[in-house]
Amino acid sequence: MMSGAFSREWLLTDAPASRGQARAGQAYRSWLALKSNRLAMVGLCIIAALVLMAIFADVLAPYDPITGHLNTERLLPPSWKHLLGTDDLGRDIWSRIVYGSRLTLMVVTLVAVIATPVGLLVGTISGYFGGFVDTVLMRITDIFLAFPQLVLALAFVSALGPGIENAIIAISITSWPPYARLARAETLTIRNADFIAATQLQGASSLRIIWGHVVPLCLSSVVIRVTLDMAGIILVAAGLGFLGLGAQPPQPEWGAMIAEGRQFIIDHWWVATMPGIAIFLVALGFNFLGDGLRDVLDPRAQK
Amino acid sequence: MTELADQEGRRGALPPLFGRILRLAVQLAVTLFGLLFVTFLIGRVVPIDPVLAAVGDRASASTYHKVYIELGLDKPIWEQFLIYADHVLHGDLGKSVLTGRPVLDDIASVFPATLELSTFAILIGTCIGVPAGVWAAVRQGKLVDQLVRVLGLVGYSAPIFWLGLLGLLFFYADLGWVGGPGRIGIAYQFDVTRITGLMLVDTALEGQWDAFWNAFSHIVLPGSLLGYYSMAYISRMTRSFMLAELGQEYIITARVKGVSEWRIVWGHALRNAAVPLVTVIALSYGYLLQGAVLTETIFAWPGIGMYLTNSLGSADMNAVLGATLVIGATFVMLNLLADLLYTLLDPRVRRGQ
Repeated sequence: MMSGAFSREWLLTDAPASRGQARAGQAYRSWLALKSNRLAMVGLCIIAALVLMAIFADVLAPYDPITGHLNTERLLPPSWKHLLGTDDLGRDIWSRIVYGSRLTLMVVTLVAVIATPVGLLVGTISGYFGGFVDTVLMRITDIFLAFPQLVLALAFVSALGPGIENAIIAISITSWPPYARLARAETLTIRNADFIAATQLQGASSLRIIWGHVVPLCLSSVVIRVTLDMAGIILVAAGLGFLGLGAQPPQPEWGAMIAEGRQFIIDHWWVATMPGIAIFLVALGFNFLGDGLRDVLDPRAQK
Repeated sequence: MTELADQEGRRGALPPLFGRILRLAVQLAVTLFGLLFVTFLIGRVVPIDPVLAAVGDRASASTYHKVYIELGLDKPIWEQFLIYADHVLHGDLGKSVLTGRPVLDDIASVFPATLELSTFAILIGTCIGVPAGVWAAVRQGKLVDQLVRVLGLVGYSAPIFWLGLLGLLFFYADLGWVGGPGRIGIAYQFDVTRITGLMLVDTALEGQWDAFWNAFSHIVLPGSLLGYYSMAYISRMTRSFMLAELGQEYIITARVKGVSEWRIVWGHALRNAAVPLVTVIALSYGYLLQGAVLTETIFAWPGIGMYLTNSLGSADMNAVLGATLVIGATFVMLNLLADLLYTLLDPRVRRGQ
């Protein structure tokens, strides 16, 4: 029964028997379209590798990421013993990059978890009520959009104090406004629909309508937008780390690792280069996937 | 019905434009006020005692108290904000602890360096990005299109400070093709008279061509790097605007009439795509400010970005907030400029339709 329930025919049928089947079919069709996009699949593989790396860091990392051998193993070039070489404190760079993937994933996930609901809430409330509420909320959104993201995040971190938690808070504070704008635009197209009017006539409260009927319809486009922004979030986090305002030593954050390697770059190029490659690959992965997702899900892009 | 609306729009051609500009002005005022409020708030939550920062930790209790009153810290919070806003509007951003000079003077002296760098970058970004985008759109789905796309995505993905480091290592330390960090070699540094503050312009005006080429060799790497980032954005947007235009019916008409493909692309389609493109270029000019913060740190470029990060390193809050405010205000102005240009260039918007 289970194998029959998820067969190709069941998914691609023109006459789905239930809402669940229709949804699963729609998702499967998107997946098929995405699968034919080579760049998107490369991106997906990179992200999968990142997640696996974070989960199995203990297995994949041959050395301790925090303590190295100061006497014998400082600034060694890449070799079979140390795949990507060692840094100035004698720590294996590969092991540090492997553990650093946890920090990267943590930043991306937490920013998404904090900024998405805030943007959704502000946007849907603003769009649903309109009028004065809309004006006030959108002006606040505009003010946050008026700073370049990194600069505002810098100012917030300088106020909150350096550290990865504060960097996450600062990035979240500066990330939600575009989501609010998007959710508002979506809400405006839904607000005057008949089913909303019907729900209002039944006496549902505004809160219930927003939460139960408007938010679910805005959710998918906002989530896609967040996925598209992930690479940007990683780069801002790395930039903060590079400036010494993100993760603090000895945490193996990739941006901070580049900063540590900066002073040895002429003679020991690998110390700063390797973590940069890691950031680049992961950001590229998210960008490839996002680009493919946009092609698949944006009906205007289809020919 | 549409005819009526059309006529009305034409008769009232000016009022909608003025109304729009007025609305933009009000929006600008509110946003700038909001910027002030955000920097004020950040200044209040910061764990640094502003009085201690001003008097030092060896001051007597009476001095401390005097400065405490002077800074208005005994007043309610809203009054403090009004005092702050009043100061900023009179051009007083406080004194920098690091340099001992007023923050506004500091920023005025470093801003031209950033202006020069980002102008250099936007020129590169536009001159390469627009043709690349047009080319990709014309050959949609072909190899060129894929190449432009991947180049753009690479630009979106590489941390700029990392590329800058590698660029310095490769082009400066290894190959010696470009000048190192800073705006100009130390040999020329004190010969250049400051006229506009833009090194390339100043040396050219004075006819110091040695110094000019030296300054050029210093700007070319950070400028191209930043230019690459704006190129990624500009080429992508050009491509999608061009695709939209090339799908229009007037293009088919032009083809039927036998207009050459070259004229269709560059004369008809690009001309119509140019209006939104101007907006995009103005916007990416603003985003260069953000890239400049990291690039300037790597290339020891004495602009507002390096000023900001240096001040951050020494917890010089007046300077940090001042620089943030100036960057924010510049960004808002550029957005407004983009909006205005759009209004002026697009006859449809001008007529308020």
